Amino acid sequence: MNGVIQAPTIEYGTLAPMLLVFGAAVIGVLVEAFAPRYLRRAIHVPLTLLSLLGAFALVLIQVVKGDVPTTASAMGAVAVDGPALFIWGVILVLSFVCVLMINDEGHFVASAAAVPGSAEEEEAESAGSEHTEVYPLVLFAVGGMLLFPASHDLLTMFVALEVMSLPLYLLCGLARRRRLLSQEASMKYFLLGAFSSAFFLYGTAMIYGFAGTVSLPGINRALGTGALLDPLLLIGFAMLGVGLLFKIGAAPFQAWKPDVYQGAPTPITALMASGTLVAAVGALLRVFWVGLGNLDWNWRPIMWAVAALTMIVGAILAITQTDIKRMLAYSSIAHAGFLLIGVMATFDVSEQNSGSLSAILFYLLVYSLTTVGAFAVVTMVRDPGGEAGHLSRWAGLGKRSPLLAGIFAFFLLAFAGIPLTSGFFGKYAVFAAALASGSEAGDSLGGWMTGLVVVGVIASAIAAFFYVRVIVLMFFSEPAADGPTIAVPSTGTVAVIAVSLLITVGVGLFPQPMLDLANQAASGLFIR
Amino acid sequence: MTAHYLVLSGLLFAIGAMGVLIRRNAIVVFMCVELMLNACNLAFVTFARQHGNLEGQIIAFFVMVVAAAEVVVGLAIIVTIFRTRRSASVDDANLLKY
Repeated sequence: MNGVIQAPTIEYGTLAPMLLVFGAAVIGVLVEAFAPRYLRRAIHVPLTLLSLLGAFALVLIQVVKGDVPTTASAMGAVAVDGPALFIWGVILVLSFVCVLMINDEGHFVASAAAVPGSAEEEEAESAGSEHTEVYPLVLFAVGGMLLFPASHDLLTMFVALEVMSLPLYLLCGLARRRRLLSQEASMKYFLLGAFSSAFFLYGTAMIYGFAGTVSLPGINRALGTGALLDPLLLIGFAMLGVGLLFKIGAAPFQAWKPDVYQGAPTPITALMASGTLVAAVGALLRVFWVGLGNLDWNWRPIMWAVAALTMIVGAILAITQTDIKRMLAYSSIAHAGFLLIGVMATFDVSEQNSGSLSAILFYLLVYSLTTVGAFAVVTMVRDPGGEAGHLSRWAGLGKRSPLLAGIFAFFLLAFAGIPLTSGFFGKYAVFAAALASGSEAGDSLGGWMTGLVVVGVIASAIAAFFYVRVIVLMFFSEPAADGPTIAVPSTGTVAVIAVSLLITVGVGLFPQPMLDLANQAASGLFIR
Repeated sequence: MTAHYLVLSGLLFAIGAMGVLIRRNAIVVFMCVELMLNACNLAFVTFARQHGNLEGQIIAFFVMVVAAAEVVVGLAIIVTIFRTRRSASVDDANLLKY
């Protein structure tokens, strides 16, 4: 503090994928400001796709060269370690395919400022105007998703959380059809999201009060020396947990998920259901492993209850749903619960427990790609007024379009975790890791972990019921005379479905390469 | 001495959280969220003083920027929904349920 400010060192090479995405987003904003209207789309689409592709290539180069850093970058603000690189790769693939879907005609409103049903709206629609701002907004959201699981202190994590969420709040409100639902989803997501991030921030403040620092390893060091029952620490940890569990959609913080998933434009739902979940699970792992690693006996029972509740709430409420997107939202809640089993297993007594970390990374990869594929199918089944959301409209789809219904049925089976699909190996890996960590930990804890896995298996069985119900509805009931039409898919949508189908089948038949990749990513563990 | 400020920050946070839960106007709900963020700022600055480092004060600046960005996005959403429904009540937006 003698007035001399040292220039910070920033490892541009390590951070390049993230910087590329943010840079492209800023250029996208400039395009909005300066390019003529008729050119914007022609500039945005290649810019967005190439930047995501380039970022993915940079991640690959980093992995192939094997120079995964062992210390935090950017003065300890960002940690680009094995798990972070794996998560980056997954998020970049997901966002690339989501942008292909976003690129389709007819998902986004012509003019968000025009009141639904007004003359202005009609005018904007007939003039063929469109909101090309969608592309930079998506890039900012993806940038936030990349930073969120890689942030090494709680301040960076908070900023990343907001950079990820704010564009998504806006994107939720931009659906072309059923605009009232879309705007309502946007408002609900915004108010609840802002509420939960205030909790995250107050938790950060309390932990800062306890530790005198917000850097995750610093907090862990303070835990090693300080009193572990300090009220500041307990309050802080609980509030931080609320903020993170909200983003994952774990019960009892799951209420926003079905509403937002139903109301948002389907490509954005796909991005949220896959990318946001992956990023948030990554951040949760990092906070609880790196930051609160010395506190695990404190949060274990709470996390146990949250995981069990999330699985049961997700699986049971999904049965009662009549809207396909809402059903997928509850299924996503149930899967968040399965992921939390993995999170429980990860923080075991032995810090070298990389097996469960790799299980959770593998699960994230397979689940998120299947999700994107399922939502891509949802965009194709249409009524005159937009997508055919109500489940009764899906009756007899298998007779009308066997190929599409077959693909969707396959995705549902993958969600249910039927063997020969990627979902089976994902679930198997997580459950096996939980059992292994339980037996390693000894009697009482082992019993708890076994109990959680039993809850998980029961929840999977309940979930399988409603997945199969949709399949039965599609194949064994008569199609209605005025049933939905199957939109002729654009090249982008075909590519999305093909990619996720390929991964779902491929990993289901030959899981070993992906498991090896996840093992390799997890072997370095998080930078501490 | 810092304890007083912490109590104040806790009170502000609680008032904000209660406001979010019981108020019905989206603008007021949103203002209550901002109040919660300001309570966080007060806690950060207090702890910075207590620990004798500057980290907390710097964080307060970041929080202000984030809060400003949140206002931009939030007001846009609330104004849109008000123009559509002629009401900013969070109870009126009730199409998405079950």
